[in-house]
Amino acid sequence: MGEVIVITSGKGGVGKTTTTANVGTGLSLLNKKVVLVDTDIGLRNLDVVLGLENRIVYNLVDIVEGNCKLQQAMIKNKDNENLYLIAAAQQKDKNSVNEDQMRKLTQELKEQFDYVLIDCPAGIEQGFKNAIAGADRAIVVTTPEVSAVRDADRIIGLLEANELRDVQLIVNRLRPDMVKRGDMMSADDVVDVLAVGLLGIVPDDEEVVVATNRGEPLVVNAKSMAGHAYQNVCRRICGEQVPFMDLDSKKGLFSKLFGK
Amino acid sequence: MKWSDLFQRKSSGDVAKDRLKMVLVSDRASCSPEVMERIKSDILEVLSKYAEVDKDQLDIHITQVDSDEKGRGTVPALYANIPIRNMHHNA
Repeated sequence: MGEVIVITSGKGGVGKTTTTANVGTGLSLLNKKVVLVDTDIGLRNLDVVLGLENRIVYNLVDIVEGNCKLQQAMIKNKDNENLYLIAAAQQKDKNSVNEDQMRKLTQELKEQFDYVLIDCPAGIEQGFKNAIAGADRAIVVTTPEVSAVRDADRIIGLLEANELRDVQLIVNRLRPDMVKRGDMMSADDVVDVLAVGLLGIVPDDEEVVVATNRGEPLVVNAKSMAGHAYQNVCRRICGEQVPFMDLDSKKGLFSKLFGK
Repeated sequence: MKWSDLFQRKSSGDVAKDRLKMVLVSDRASCSPEVMERIKSDILEVLSKYAEVDKDQLDIHITQVDSDEKGRGTVPALYANIPIRNMHHNA
């Protein structure tokens, strides 16, 4: 029996979909069988981040409405046998699906996959309620900004109110240079305020944009800082103890060797 | 950043953290500044039946205290410091 993990944030644009794509791909590369479910009905994007936008025939609403079988709506990733996507409907709204239907769906998926990752829409309305309905644990994504952390706090409160107590945090788009000069909250600051466990720190990285342009999650690229950070997140999800990486290592080998 | 800023101003990261903490206190207590003002004036109204209070020295706000319950972190608490000038003896 697998595990259902919802990836949520409250605020939009902090990197939920990118995180879902990378964590999902990363877990599949660790030989886990993974299905990603985009619950952002009306504003689907996980398909493009994964480069699967041309393969979608059936979607989440089709499953729920019985227009297709579950297997028909699961799109296999290009060259990865372990990774599947269930896309959101683009022409419907968030009320086309309810919590009971999501619970039933995730339960079925759990029996076939090691990990079911739910990409949650921004906001705290029906889409959010659907996304968390069948979840066993939650990953809250935030950036080190007042607005994003404030929304993350609200989300953590709502998750607790819904009996979801296994909640971990990813601090996304951290700029180590700005933290160093005091112009950005550190991951420790954010953890201190939110009082939840830290699952990962993902540095701001241009490679994320490049990877999204191509529709290939960058977690496959260990040379990129963010890709490496996502790999570490995946190993931690699988229960491995992985130390947090030194984000200053961007300085290069020379300064590392000579301690400058 | 100007040189003078080094001495006079907190780093913007620290400012962010402080502002965030303040916002979260009222968010977590589901208590907006407007509601806080109403609570304040209601408390004063009741108290002034019994005593003359120093309205200038008044300090009423929501704060966070450590929860007894494990894993709950902090919980909101109403803090009130209301100096009394005189008790009304006819009360």
